[in-house]
Order: sequence, then C-alpha cells, then structure tokens
Amino acid sequence: MAGDVKHDYHLVKPSPWPLLGSLSLLLMVLGGAGYMKGLWFIPQHAWWGPLPGLVALIFVLIGWWGDVLKESRAGDHKEVVQISLRYGMVLFIASEVMFFVAWFWEFFEMAIFHQLRALPEHADLANNPGLAGWSEWPVPQTNGARVKPFDPFHLPLINTLILLLSGTTVTWAHHALQVGDRKSAKIGLLLTILLGMAFTAFQVVEYSEAGFSYDGSIYGSAFFMATGFHGAHVVIGTIMLMVCLGRLMAGGMKPEKHLGFEFAAWYWHFVDVVWLFLFAFVYVAPHIVWGSGAPGAGH
Amino acid sequence: MSSEPKTAAGHGHDHGHGHGHDHAHDHHDPKWYSPSRWLFSTNHKDIGTLYLMFAMCAGIIGFVFSGFMRAELAEPGLQLFNGTAFGGFFGSEHNYNVITTMHGLIMIFFMVMPALIGGFGNWFVPLMIGAPDMAMPRMNNISFWLLPVSFFLLLLSMFVPGPAGANGFGGGWVLYPPLSGTTGHPGLAMDLVIFSLHLAGMSSILGAINFIVTILNMRAPGMTLHKMPLFAWSVLITAFLLVLALPVLAGALTMLLTDRNFGSKFFEVSGGGDPVLFQHLFWFFGHPEVYIMILPGFGIVSHVISTFSRKPIFGYLAMAYAMVAIGFIGFIVWAHHMYTVGMDVDTQAYFVAATMVIAVPTGVKIFSWIATMWGGSIEFKVPMLWAIGFIFLFTLGGVTGVVLANAGVDHALHDTYYVVAHFHYVLSLGAVFTLFCGWYYWFEKMWGIKYNGFIGGLHFWLMFVGSNLIFFPQHFLGLQGMPRRYVDYAVAFREWHHWSTIGYWIAAAATIVFFIGILEAVVRRRKATESGNPWGEGATTLEWTLSSPPPFHQYNDLPRFK
Repeated sequence: MAGDVKHDYHLVKPSPWPLLGSLSLLLMVLGGAGYMKGLWFIPQHAWWGPLPGLVALIFVLIGWWGDVLKESRAGDHKEVVQISLRYGMVLFIASEVMFFVAWFWEFFEMAIFHQLRALPEHADLANNPGLAGWSEWPVPQTNGARVKPFDPFHLPLINTLILLLSGTTVTWAHHALQVGDRKSAKIGLLLTILLGMAFTAFQVVEYSEAGFSYDGSIYGSAFFMATGFHGAHVVIGTIMLMVCLGRLMAGGMKPEKHLGFEFAAWYWHFVDVVWLFLFAFVYVAPHIVWGSGAPGAGH
Repeated sequence: MSSEPKTAAGHGHDHGHGHGHDHAHDHHDPKWYSPSRWLFSTNHKDIGTLYLMFAMCAGIIGFVFSGFMRAELAEPGLQLFNGTAFGGFFGSEHNYNVITTMHGLIMIFFMVMPALIGGFGNWFVPLMIGAPDMAMPRMNNISFWLLPVSFFLLLLSMFVPGPAGANGFGGGWVLYPPLSGTTGHPGLAMDLVIFSLHLAGMSSILGAINFIVTILNMRAPGMTLHKMPLFAWSVLITAFLLVLALPVLAGALTMLLTDRNFGSKFFEVSGGGDPVLFQHLFWFFGHPEVYIMILPGFGIVSHVISTFSRKPIFGYLAMAYAMVAIGFIGFIVWAHHMYTVGMDVDTQAYFVAATMVIAVPTGVKIFSWIATMWGGSIEFKVPMLWAIGFIFLFTLGGVTGVVLANAGVDHALHDTYYVVAHFHYVLSLGAVFTLFCGWYYWFEKMWGIKYNGFIGGLHFWLMFVGSNLIFFPQHFLGLQGMPRRYVDYAVAFREWHHWSTIGYWIAAAATIVFFIGILEAVVRRRKATESGNPWGEGATTLEWTLSSPPPFHQYNDLPRFK
C-alpha cells in the first residue's frame, strides 16, 4: 500500500520555511524594538534596526512561494486543493477587512461621538482644559494650529478615479487571460500596475501637502494611519500584480488555472473597496458636514 | 436528520486495521528522533504534538506564576515581593503586577489556545472529518513556530525596563492605556508585549484560516455539515471568531505602539483621543476571545459525555447551532466589561440584555449534556470525571456571569475578586478541565499507550478539590470588597485568602500527579487496545476506526460516511 494515495489532497513535504519565517519575524521585531527604544547592540533610532529581519523574511517568502509555484507546476494543485486555496485567500482578505474595521471604528467614534464626551455631565471642561479637544472635530492640534482638511474633490477624487480605473484594467487582463489572449492580458496588467503606482505617487504628493500633522492631534493620527495602511496595501497589491506580470512574461499562467493572478486581482479589488470607504467617510462626509474647512479652519 | 453521526462501521474497521498493520509503508515515515520531522513538520499530528508540548511548558510557567501570587497573598503584608525575600529574587511590589499580567497572557495565549485549538484541533479535526491532513500543512507549521517566538518576546519583556526604575509590564493582561502608554510604562517592556501579541495573533489567524478551509473543504465524502462531529463544529466556530476578532486587536495594539513611539494621539486626551476607545477595541476582541477559549472544550465534552453514556448526544443540531449562537452573540456584548467607564445608562441596559441572552444557548448546551447522560449507561472513566466536573463548575461560573452581567451589580463588583472567581470558574475550572478531559479521552489514541486510571482519577479529584478551594472563597472576598491586582490587603480579608492559597497547593499536587501519570504511562508502556477503540460502542467518531497511534498519513483511501 506504500504510496497508494487515492485522494487528490496535497500532502506537502517537510519545509524549512515556516521555522525560518518565524525566526525572521523575531529578528525583525527585535530590530524594531531596538529602533524604538534601543536593545542590545541596536542603538535607539538606528534606521537599520528592522532591516536584517526584513531581508531574511523576503528571502523566506521567495523560497516559500517559489516552492508553491514548483508544486503547482508539478501538478499538486488538483481541483480540490484549488478550492482550499481560494477559501484561504477569501478568509485572509476577511481578516484584513477586520483589521481596517479597527481604524474605521476609531475614526467614526471620535468624529461622531466626540461631542458626547465633552458634555458637561461627562467632562468638566472648565476645570480640565486638557479635555477641550473633545469639544470639536477636527480637533485643534497640540501646537494650537487648526487642522486644514483636504479638499476631497481635488487629488483624492483623481486617486479614486485612478483606483476604479485600475479595477477595470485588471478585470480586462483577467478576461483576456481566460480566453488565451496573453498580449492583452499583459497590457491590462501593466496598465493596472502603472495606475497603482500613480495612485501611490499621488498619495505621497498629498501627504506632503497635508494641512495637519500625524502627531498634532487624533485627526492626523487617524487620517495618516488609515490611509497609510491602505497605501501599504496598495503597494503590496502592486507587488503581487508585478509578480503576476513577470510570470505572464515568463510563459506561466494558463487560461484554465491562474490562482496567483486571481488572488492578486481579488486583493486589488479589496484594496479598491477600502479606498472607496476611506474616500466616502474620511474625505467626503466631513467635507459635506463641515463645508470646505473645519469650524474655524483658515480657508 | 439530527441523529448523531454514524460511520460506515465495516469499512472503518477494515480501514483502521489496514493501516495499523501496514508495515510496508512504514519505512516512508520519518523516525521520531529525526530533527527535521519536528522542525520542518507538515504533518497535522506532529504539529498537534508540538502544540501540546509547548502548551505544557507555557502552562507550567503560568502555573508557577500563579503560585507566586498565592504565596504572596497567603498572609497580609509582603511575603515575597518585598525586595529582600529569597535574596531579593522577587524584587518589589511592581513585580507582583508583572507576574499577574504575565500569568493572564501566558495562560490565554500560550496555554489554553495552543492546547485546545492548536493541539487537539490539529490532532483530531482532520481525524474526525476523515481528512488526510490539514488543508495547508506548511502554513500549519508557521502557525506553531510563531508561538515560541512570541512567547520568547513576552518572557523577554519581564527583564527589560517597564515603568521608571523597574522591569516588565505590570498593567494587567487587558493592556489599558494610559498605564500601557508612555505615562505608565515608558520602557521597552510594553513594546515587546505588543510585538509578542502581534505575532501570537498572526499565528492564531493563520491557524484559524487553516481550520476553516480544512473543515469546509476536506470532510469525508458523505459527511455533510449536519453530520459533522461536534468537536469539528466547535473548532470551525472558534476559527471564525479568531479570524474576525484578532485583527481588531492587532489594530488596537498598533495604535498603542504608535502612540508610544511615534507620537500619534489615539489614546491621548491632550490630542483629542480617548483611552476608553482602546477598551472598546480591546473588548471587541476580548469577549469573543473568552468563547474562543471555551468553545473547543464544549466540543470535547460533548464527545466524552456521549461516549461514556453510550448514547448519541442529545439534540445534536441544537448543540451545533447553540455554539453558532454563542459565537455570534459573543461579538455584540463586549462593553459589559466596561460598565464603569461612564457609559450612559441606555447603553449599559443594552449590554446587560444582550449579555443575558448568551445564557440561553449556553443553557441549551448544559441541559443537552445532562439529557445525554439521562438514562444512559454511564461509565465513570477518567475523561468522564473531567467532563462532569466541567459541567458542574462551568455552570457555577456561568451563574456568577449572569450576576455580573447586571450593570447595577457590576458597579459594585467590578475589579473585585468576585470577577476573578467568575472567570477562573469558566476558564481554569472550565477550559482547563475540558483540556484534561480531552487529554485523557485521546491519550491512548495519540500516544499508543494507556494511562493509569487510578493516577488519572487522583489527578481529577485533587484538581477538583484544589481549584474549588482556590476560587470559591474568592467569591466571598469579592463580595467583601477585595480588589483585584493588589499585592497586599487588609487583615479582614485574611481568612479566605489563606484558604485560597491552601487550595493552590492542592492544585499544585494535582499538577505533579498529572506529570507522574504521564511518566508512569511512558515507563510502563501498556499496549493500546488492538482495535484502536478502547471506549467501546459509545465512541462513534472516525478517529476510533484508526490504529493507536494513527498511521503517519491516515485515510489514503478516504472513508465513506453514511
């Protein structure tokens, strides 16, 4: 009966990557801790702190996913295994959604309910001037400066259109791949990547023009962390799409089986939807409620 | 439709024998001492074993920590944490808080979760649903290896600066700012705790995804969800809670980290933030977390009660959907941990009502277990003792939970020993009892040798008496007004604290008996029951059709399920 396996599941061979991946993450967070507070031989604020761990992690990921590709080519990913991988990716994205829930929760709670916190029965503002920040939104910054929110119908609107457009180009590429039109698939994918990079570039420009600072008040913290994590996801999604393009160029991906492409596309749509929520609630809604600027804002 | 799952007996029987005596394919299996078998494992049973061993090590540390606490609290005044005892080994009062915090975090993240979900989940979900392995065996392994790494960071945090002039984080496992912010603990310790929990969270999310995929996609042909064993149901629901709750904690921890190190103002009132916001985010994770710890135990107890009553579980479908209901309601009751933060009365009223609703599906489970035993042919084997002990003690903890669910009562009892007693009744006498229940139930299946019934019984009775003696008096202490997380107390509280500490020593004796039981079994090597099923006709799930221990890869030919 040796080797007499009568099912299609994939019994993976032993692999060093999980252990090495964990150790890389350990190295990375120890480096991060060293960067923040100084630890052992890592002086505080040494920018290279987390770098060795990050490099090791990238090495591990390349090795790990390289193995996955080899196994896929060797025919280990039968129909039932593909279903598993799909479920897995859906659940991973679900967990990512819940991660963003934390940031939106934080934003909504303070944007909507800050006045309740400042009610006389909750906060004695007269005797606790430090609580004054709760009486308005956006909160005045700690240096006294007023927050100047972005005009959503400027760069943010352009970025929204860019991301929506990239959602259509990636779908175009997908359909082209499915019908075997590899040339169109490559063009569509390349356009998606370029649009993603354009989005990131515009975000950098926007950040540099912000009328508030990250550490000035919770408004800035919430804005930069929510949009920043979204930006990081755009970058990760762009890298995923680049890998797909590379594999397409190298002759990989078949019309009937291209899970890597599908997952990158799903991820890209997820990033897109998160942006729509950010645009609607972090950019546009406050703009409608408070007009072009916050109460007392200078423009 | 709602009857207990039955295997195709003839087939399963052949199958177990086929593999148990199949030496032809044994030479493919790695030897037990091969390092790569354990370091690079992609086998669900080996990874389950790693999880169990890890949980045992972490459990010993967490248990010793609680011993430090009980020794300190045996008398009023400072016994250990006074800077001089045992050559100053225990340091100052701050270290008491560090030990308390670490005890909580270790027992939750590094003992109960790895043992119940990682250990038994890995071992028995694939066996019970008729799957050859987990869906993503390599990811399964990183779920495990992230834990020792994360545990190392947590332990390291005890030896680096926390608050000014002392080491370690002593703000409690709930990590509330401003105590966990730069105000309370400016040092590195809290940052390491945050990183530790980030990694433990990644581990759990990846593991949970694996379980959901395995259960949804790899059940044996014929095994519909409504025929699936309850332990698999419990792990499925637990895994969904993990995937949905843990990322929110990750977000909250990240806010804490940036507040501490990069100047963000999430929980800083001076910048318009609010520490109460952290509590909301934390408990949105934290409340599902308590169900994450107990649901797999519910699953185990269902099988044990059914096996040793020789009856199918009463109300199988109701049992499954009661767990679904508990999981769902678990997400909408979080602020009952926060009645005293200044919520308005209407909000408190909502959380009181929602919390009490949980008693309904929980009651369905308790009564169904009792109804399963009713009229059954009950055998008081060691796992059954733990299961019945669990039902009794968990009910007690559940009842005090209903008491605490009342915001009005909670205003008086919040942060007292009554709360400590309540959650230890549901966890250390609930989740931990189910853990030992599963350990004895599957001992022979996992290791291929039999445990000693007398030692197992002694372990149970010592633990039952000991842990009740620890925690029952704490109800009285709480009602008298003894606050949690204090190193010292007024003389008025002496009597019950003293009894509580005596209880600890009995529980410690029980734990020693537990390890003696393992040692005895390993030395004596009593052969496992030939058929692979030592429990007889009451044990109906698929793992009992396999040899003990099961072959390295089971179900090369998938079992058919009627």
